[in-house]
Amino acid sequence: MDSDLIVQILFAAIKTGTPLLFIALGELICEKSGVLNLGQEGMMLMGAVVGFLAAYGTGSAGLGVLAAMLMGCLMSLIFAALVLHLGANQVATGLALTIFGTGLSAFVGSGVVGQTIQGFQPIAIPLLSDIPFIGKILFTHDILVYSSFAITFALLYVVNKTRIGLTLKAVGENPHAANAIGIKVLRVRYLSVMFGGVMAGMAGAYMSLVYTPMWVENMTAGRGWIALALVVFASWRVGRIMLGAYLFGLASIMHLVLQGLGWSISPNLLAMLPYVATVIVMVIISADQFKEKLLAPRSLGKPFDPRQMA
Amino acid sequence: MIRIQARTEPSSMMKIASPLLAIVLTLIFGGILFSAIGKSPTQALHVLLIAPLADSYNIGEMFVKMGPLLLCAVGLSLCYRANMWNIGAEGQLLAGALGGSAMALYFVDSESAFALPITLLAGIASGMIWAAIPTFLKLKFNSNLILTTIMFNYIALYLLIWAVHGPLRDPQGFGFPESAMFSDATLLPTLFDSSRIHLGIVFAILSGVIGWFILSKTHLGFQIQVFGADEPAARYAGFSSKKLSWLVMLFAGALAGLAGVSETTGPIGQLVPNVSPGYGYSAIIVAYLGRLHPIGAILAAIFMAVLYMGGDLAQIEMGIPVAVVSMFQGVLLFFLLACDFFINNRLAFSNHATN
Repeated sequence: MDSDLIVQILFAAIKTGTPLLFIALGELICEKSGVLNLGQEGMMLMGAVVGFLAAYGTGSAGLGVLAAMLMGCLMSLIFAALVLHLGANQVATGLALTIFGTGLSAFVGSGVVGQTIQGFQPIAIPLLSDIPFIGKILFTHDILVYSSFAITFALLYVVNKTRIGLTLKAVGENPHAANAIGIKVLRVRYLSVMFGGVMAGMAGAYMSLVYTPMWVENMTAGRGWIALALVVFASWRVGRIMLGAYLFGLASIMHLVLQGLGWSISPNLLAMLPYVATVIVMVIISADQFKEKLLAPRSLGKPFDPRQMA
Repeated sequence: MIRIQARTEPSSMMKIASPLLAIVLTLIFGGILFSAIGKSPTQALHVLLIAPLADSYNIGEMFVKMGPLLLCAVGLSLCYRANMWNIGAEGQLLAGALGGSAMALYFVDSESAFALPITLLAGIASGMIWAAIPTFLKLKFNSNLILTTIMFNYIALYLLIWAVHGPLRDPQGFGFPESAMFSDATLLPTLFDSSRIHLGIVFAILSGVIGWFILSKTHLGFQIQVFGADEPAARYAGFSSKKLSWLVMLFAGALAGLAGVSETTGPIGQLVPNVSPGYGYSAIIVAYLGRLHPIGAILAAIFMAVLYMGGDLAQIEMGIPVAVVSMFQGVLLFFLLACDFFINNRLAFSNHATN
């Protein structure tokens, strides 16, 4: 393989990894506050369709992204109300959100299937994009990829270095203790779930405005679920999510790599790769039971009722 | 002034009323939605709910759709009761369809009386294998069952698509991604002349009865119930969580596999890429709507099958996208979860003006 091909493959890995990065960062914050939202796939699909419809209607991809973020947020509020206020089972509610989002997105998008729009165009960053090798891989993307870089670094700072990060951790590790020192547990969880929704919306917008760019039913193809595995893979750490997202991106475009090596395998078998990779990674990561229990937020998936004591 | 008050004991009346209330609320939601998009709500609800039961052909089709939903839902009910979050019924169903079809194609020129039972067993075994891998990974490597079963759904789907494009494609099929039509010896017999209702519905109802028997009448079922209600207590009583996990998962895999092979050897008669319109996912809602009870699942599966039928009819007669079905399913589960809040809580009315 020549170096041009390697550059192209790594460039594509970042592009393919970006929606995973958005959605996994959102789920990470959500899980850090102790809430497991399995509705990512549904929120992402709604973001994708609404983003596409808005961009299609207004001609502005930027408005499309905003609409998608808003839609993701609205979807997450349904989940938040059921789980946080009514104490509904988080697994079942998340599944309901995914099934609902899958149906609703296909329903509202049925009129624009196959239409195309002018998505975001790549912007080469001056100077940085001239760095040999790395410049092409990292700095010749579109604005959403750059936003994902910015959001990752912002979260790296907020989660690890600020009071907000500490509060989030306190709520996720021990909500009763956090409540006792005056932290509004439900409010923190609401905001975290909403952040997850906004990010899922962005991930959806990336799919329908940049990656394809068009709307097709079920176009996210399980990325919302892969992102959930990615959070486990990253042991709930922001930096590792970025690394993981690009590794998964690479796994999804393995067929390009294999074609580059001159192999010929059925594209349908290669389409399984990201899912097989996810299973293998989960097995490796989770095999160390003690470590996983240490790393996962301790109240993950458990409802918090301020009326009850610990 | 209305306040929310915790009940001292869970309301058993509300446990049964909650699914019914959720269905009514979903219908109201549907009516509002249809008016919003400029369709007559009464006509839409008529097409969705009444028309599927209006004549004997439609009722037959309803039973055809009910079979796979019920088979999957009975297995899932037992899994969820034992705290095994198996989201993989769809993949297990597809694995059953694939394995069963491979066997049916082996018998494609046969007239043997054993061809059908062996084909069905191949489907059942394939479903069990597809359930066994995530179960093994969970018990041995502690991997998250929800995520692995979902990944296995996707893997099964692509494996099936690969097979109909490759090894199982009909050589005389002009390159279409479909297998050859199965021989009559491997087709499930239909129950009536005028309808497509086939033996699969008998399997499904039987599975509901067997599931009920296991859960309510055996020591095993008792163990499952204790596990779901209070895991530490179950461990203290010496129940083996591993054994139970294996049993419920293999049972669910077998039923989902049977659902898959019954689809290909029943109404379809060959292997095609779109064997299932998401039956395995809808079965999750059927299981919940049926209160994780096999008999409840029978009633819930009837409702869900009507909804599926109604979705088809609404598309044909009113031009409503068929996706409306899975949207309603999601809404139904939302309402169910919300109504379940009142199993443990109630509204208390108090008049502050007199204080």
